[in-house]
Amino acid sequence: MNAWLLVAIVVLSTVASDLLQSREMKAHGEIDEFHPTRWGAIMARVLRRRWLILSIFFMAVSFFAFLVLLKIADLSFAVPATAASYAVETVLARVLLKERLNWKRWTGAALVVCGVALVSM
Amino acid sequence: MPGRAVALKVWLLTLVVVLTNVLGNFSLSWGMKHSAYGLTPLGVLRTVFTPWVLAGIVLLVLWLLTRLTLLSWADLSFVLPVTASGYVLTVMLGRFALGEEVSWQRWAGAVLIAVGTSLVGVTQPKTVDGRRGSV
Repeated sequence: MNAWLLVAIVVLSTVASDLLQSREMKAHGEIDEFHPTRWGAIMARVLRRRWLILSIFFMAVSFFAFLVLLKIADLSFAVPATAASYAVETVLARVLLKERLNWKRWTGAALVVCGVALVSM
Repeated sequence: MPGRAVALKVWLLTLVVVLTNVLGNFSLSWGMKHSAYGLTPLGVLRTVFTPWVLAGIVLLVLWLLTRLTLLSWADLSFVLPVTASGYVLTVMLGRFALGEEVSWQRWAGAVLIAVGTSLVGVTQPKTVDGRRGSV
């Protein structure tokens, strides 16, 4: 399979997974119970959300596509190429999730994208 | 809740998210590399129940759950860059715990990520409320 096709699958499924998770957890509201006896109940409540289940499916797709990518391409290609998901997600967090990004966040996100690309060289 | 307490809470959980991810991946890859079993279906099943791989899986489940909690407290555009600090930790682990050679590109990347993380880290973690719109 073509390496770029796999990169596209990894990036798109990562983006879908993170956007769904963020949307669902925003809709759920802040989790602020930490007593161990409450963990089961919290998890049962959270995992009843259908879109969250879908996000975990996308997470698995991304994970296995990344493993296949590592079989046919070098780690130093795979990690920077898939770092594109940080850029796509930041833009979509603004557009779809209506998060308000100031210049610090835009600059920080851009530095992280460049940094991840460099780290894996 | 006062701003300072919110910040402390978010930073502590970020630390847990980063540590479970880095240690989980490390444990998983160590276990996979040093497994005595082959790549047959039964071999893979046996590998899953070796201590390092099992520890890795438990840590990564904890990572998923703590990250979901963090996403309930903070924006995605906040969580992504601040949890990227895990890459910096991985570079440091490679250099100081495993004695790997780290190239100048890798150090430069780690510095860029650290600066990016700090820049995003000083912003307000949550700018939108899923149930009430902007905050």
